[in-house]
Amino acid sequence: MRFFRILGRSIRDAFKSVGRNFSLSLASISCIIVTLIIVALSIVITYNVDNFSSELKKDLTIVAFVSNEADKTDVEKLESDIKEISNVSKVTFKSKSEIKEEMMQEDEAFLNVMKQWDDEENPLQNTYLIKVDDIEKIGETATAINNLSAIDTVKYGEGMVDQLVTVFKVAQRVSLIAVIALVLMTMFLIVNTIKLTIFSRKREISIMRLVGASNFAIKIPFVVEGMILGFLGSLVPVGLLIYGYKALYSYFGGRLFTDIIKLVKPTPFIYYASIVVVVIGIVVGMIGSGRAVRKYLKV
Amino acid sequence: MEFIRFNNVTKQYKNGVVAIYDLNLSIEKGDFCFIIGGSGSGKSTLIKMLYREEKPTRGEIIIGGLKVNKLRNSNVYKLRRKLGIVFQDYRLLPKSNVYENVAFALEAIGAKKKEIRPKVLKAIELVGLKSKLRDYPDNLSGGEQQRVAIARAIVNEPKLLICDEPTGNLDPNMSMEIVDLLEEINKKEGTTVVMVTHDKVIVDKKKKHVIALKEGHLYKDYKEGEYIDEVL
Ligand SMILES: Nc1ncnc2c1ncn2[C@@H]1O[C@H](COP(=O)(O)OP(=O)(O)OP(=O)(O)O)[C@@H](O)[C@H]1O
Ligand SMILES: [Mg+2]
Repeated sequence: MRFFRILGRSIRDAFKSVGRNFSLSLASISCIIVTLIIVALSIVITYNVDNFSSELKKDLTIVAFVSNEADKTDVEKLESDIKEISNVSKVTFKSKSEIKEEMMQEDEAFLNVMKQWDDEENPLQNTYLIKVDDIEKIGETATAINNLSAIDTVKYGEGMVDQLVTVFKVAQRVSLIAVIALVLMTMFLIVNTIKLTIFSRKREISIMRLVGASNFAIKIPFVVEGMILGFLGSLVPVGLLIYGYKALYSYFGGRLFTDIIKLVKPTPFIYYASIVVVVIGIVVGMIGSGRAVRKYLKV
Repeated sequence: MEFIRFNNVTKQYKNGVVAIYDLNLSIEKGDFCFIIGGSGSGKSTLIKMLYREEKPTRGEIIIGGLKVNKLRNSNVYKLRRKLGIVFQDYRLLPKSNVYENVAFALEAIGAKKKEIRPKVLKAIELVGLKSKLRDYPDNLSGGEQQRVAIARAIVNEPKLLICDEPTGNLDPNMSMEIVDLLEEINKKEGTTVVMVTHDKVIVDKKKKHVIALKEGHLYKDYKEGEYIDEVL
């Protein structure tokens, strides 16, 4: 009970203090706003990249063409050989006659030429369709499959997939670095805001100590103040995230440039992301003020 | 009954100054005790060790059975809740009125709201400031400000009241009034009072237990009524 009474008074005091040191509080809050906007941005990017790559993973297939001149025995154990390669998740066989049928249905011109081929004459190749676990390693896996003697060539959506993944990875990394730098700067500002509060309340603190306030009771108002700064600073980014992402989503019609890149649906994604942003704001505020309290309140 | 005990207490500050040398003394429960001595004789150091602002370098200090020198920093507040402390410079909150200043001591330790009001009013009445409840420290005389500080010190009904030159900033009349008030608290509430002072007139008149320090040593421990003015 004593705990809650102290906490209640701390919250009251903390709000007063934010108002009293308004300009510095505002500086801290602005910094938190910038930080959290970047955080929100990187959440949006990361989540979309993850979503997009897992979508790709479902679709992306390595096609391995079996050499028509290959050794019979090699061909027989080909499927188990492919399965043994790491990162391979699923292998399906598609014979050259199946492919012939498909092609003939697709195009009149193919139909005319191909219907005359019997199995012996068919110059198409038997294929294996291979899915992978880790899309980033698809290149290595394809090479490994290509090294099997019975395989002629392999194909997968090389160029574009690789490039897209790289671009997004870079964006992710840059935003991560920006977030770390900004979080540090924000903490520095919060430490200074709280330090000022501590100085302006030096007398109060010394009296508290004199009359037997516990360390917890002395420290908690400042920590609460930091949390309030963090919370206030998260409101603008959360607004931007919710309305901004909705607008972005409808502007692009749920896709980015091509149908391959589908954006994550706004709900419930933006709400979860908002919670994350608010929590990060509060935690950063708490850690910053915690540091200030430890440094300047030697209790 | 013995309440405070110093056993071979020595205090050396970090800069090497030894403020107290091998001090032994004893103060009874309900006692009113003056601590006197020249400037720099170690009076403030002695009482700082009582409320555990400073730690003795050697020796032990026991208050009401509690070994104060053994107390960890994080537990000092438990001792402070049983003490009242008054300084020469009052140490009030300038932006809070009389009531708020006294109530602050209880709020800081998380007292119940219901308990705060009656206790604060009782303390303020005891120091005779009932009519100035809503006044701010700046509008009070030095003596009145010291009364507020005393009310704050006794509001949590401490067993021990520690005063470091509480009359140091006051004229002789007001000084006597403050000491009379402390005496009243000592008698009415049974609070043990330890008061540092320079004021020979007060010490002479009150005929209490007097501990005289000289250059960090115990010069003399006068029992009640034994004190005679000497040049220290
Ligand atoms: N924090 C400190 N660090 C180092 N030395 C100190 C400290 N406080 C006091 N001293 C020294 O210890 C000695 C005793 O000081 P103390 O304050 O106890 O004296 P006092 O009797 O209260 O004097 P006064 O009557 O002037 O208040 C002095 O020599 C002083 O310089
Ligand atoms: Mg002194």
